[in-house]
Amino acid sequence: MAAAFPTRTHRPLSQLSRNKAQLILHAVMLSITVLFLVPLLVVVSASFTDEIALTKNGFGLWPSQFSLDAYNYVLLDPSQILRAYGVTTIVTLIGTVLGLIVMSLLAYVLFRHDFTWRRPMAFFVFFTMLFNGGLVPTYILITQYLKLRNTLPVLILPYLVVPWFVFLLRTYFLTLPKEFVESAKIDGANEWQIYRHIIMPLSTPALATIGLFCILMFWNDWWLALLYIDEPKLYPLQYLLFAILRNAEFLSSNTSASAMLASTQPPLQTTRMAMAVIAIGPVAIAFLLLQRYFIRGITLGGIKGE
Amino acid sequence: MIRLTDVPNAHRPVGRTVQAGRLQRLAQSLRHNMPFLVMASPGALLLLVFSYLPMVGIIIAFKDFRASLGIFDSPWVGFKNFEFLLRSPVLARITTNTLVLNGLFILAGLIASVGLALLLNEVRLKIAARAYQTVVFFPYFISWVIVGYFSFALLNSDNGLVNRALQSVGLEPVAWFSSPQYWPLILTLAHIWKSVGYGSIIYLAAMLGINPEYYEAAMLDGANKLQQIRYITLPHLVPVMIILTLLAIGRIFYADFGLFYYVTRDNSLLYPTTDVIDTYVYRALRVNADIGMAAAAGLYQSVVGFVLILVSNWMVKRIDPDRALF
Repeated sequence: MAAAFPTRTHRPLSQLSRNKAQLILHAVMLSITVLFLVPLLVVVSASFTDEIALTKNGFGLWPSQFSLDAYNYVLLDPSQILRAYGVTTIVTLIGTVLGLIVMSLLAYVLFRHDFTWRRPMAFFVFFTMLFNGGLVPTYILITQYLKLRNTLPVLILPYLVVPWFVFLLRTYFLTLPKEFVESAKIDGANEWQIYRHIIMPLSTPALATIGLFCILMFWNDWWLALLYIDEPKLYPLQYLLFAILRNAEFLSSNTSASAMLASTQPPLQTTRMAMAVIAIGPVAIAFLLLQRYFIRGITLGGIKGE
Repeated sequence: MIRLTDVPNAHRPVGRTVQAGRLQRLAQSLRHNMPFLVMASPGALLLLVFSYLPMVGIIIAFKDFRASLGIFDSPWVGFKNFEFLLRSPVLARITTNTLVLNGLFILAGLIASVGLALLLNEVRLKIAARAYQTVVFFPYFISWVIVGYFSFALLNSDNGLVNRALQSVGLEPVAWFSSPQYWPLILTLAHIWKSVGYGSIIYLAAMLGINPEYYEAAMLDGANKLQQIRYITLPHLVPVMIILTLLAIGRIFYADFGLFYYVTRDNSLLYPTTDVIDTYVYRALRVNADIGMAAAAGLYQSVVGFVLILVSNWMVKRIDPDRALF
């Protein structure tokens, strides 16, 4: 062994300096991570702070005066946030399942060489990534011609087909061994059977990854609601949060809690922060559990700018 | 099998034979392709409605749109909408802001992503490396609406964290939401905060692809860590850096609406440095109901954006055909 390391005598010294370098590196990384967490800490700490203390002492990294008032206030009548959670959950579930079906079918067609018009179809899908009609025509189409304003489908349909995901799926299908499809054809399987019983089961890793990105896209969306929803009943979670931040009164105007607390001043500022924390919570947990699948998705999918 | 139509027949007009053959071939081809067409139809239909129909709607930019008349019956006005847009000072502002801010994001994002990947790559303790990566990747999962809460908690002038901190060290508080000069920096920081984790993952993956023998050889020659980074790691990352930057430049005419809308809290005092094409189009459409201007600005963005994507893709293709979009 010793012969393999002629520089062995120098090692204790270099080991020491290497440890020092690692320590400095950890110090740098720790400062970066703390800086990254500051905004989150500030909002969480504000949500656990007494309203008057927050006004007086300002936002801090730690509650200046601990209080659960904000959460109690939200829980007095949680119907507003529960409803928004419900809308978001429904939209995310339906959108992700339907999106995976529609996109995998499209990807399958673009993948099968037997399809005569494969190239024109690929161009049809691809061109939408290069050019778009812009906001105004889309808005007028959806509100005045399709009459989708204030409906649940408007939160789903425009996002069902993400061309980039279609091409990722097709690329994945192309990595599967050709023999599977060929032998199935010889056995007399039709296209539906090949899609359903061969390609889909073999593609679960790709479908799972893209499904996760779809979930994230639908869960975090506020854009469609900003444009097409003004009925508070249909507010998804992110848009409810926006409405609350823009106008604190929105918190009280829709709840019976304001009636119950008519005599006292509702803790508006801390309650807003509590709503944000309630919205972040599940995302944070899901993120911790699923992070590595997202990382795999990013590295598998190659390169895609934000 | 020889079909009747394949046999040259002097008694029949040639045209009919050819036509019949073509029809038959078409029918056969349709039968063959039918399952594919049916499978593609839901996705194709959605793209047709939500991507292609709006392309037809581009004509709104050349019309005096009236909701009561609809798109097709509204009167044509030629380039009037564009004349208004050109004459108003807003065009220069939103174009400059979009280009300058996106340019800042691309440059700062590149440096931060590569830098962070280099740091993460050097961390020996696996558990620590994973913990750091978790924290810096986390913001990618936070929506811009929530980031709007963060910017409020940090920057509001009465009791925001930053002003409190400034006061505690004896400095004057800053009215952040009415001081546009600070916002290019604030927006760049917000952009980096949210996207650097994602970017660093791509560069880390590229680093894993570097043959370890290079480093072994360098160490034998006595190269230190910085020299290894300078002469091995970075040169290997350059192709990815160039490609990602070119692709980002292809999208430089499109702004990240959520960042500009929620983090600035759509504060009109900040428009001089934060109003971009996307926020302007949204406001012209939804707030000012100036559909002509909104449509003209939107078409301007679509056309210039299209050209930029084509140019950047052409350059990517010359460098690395596999990375090109088409």
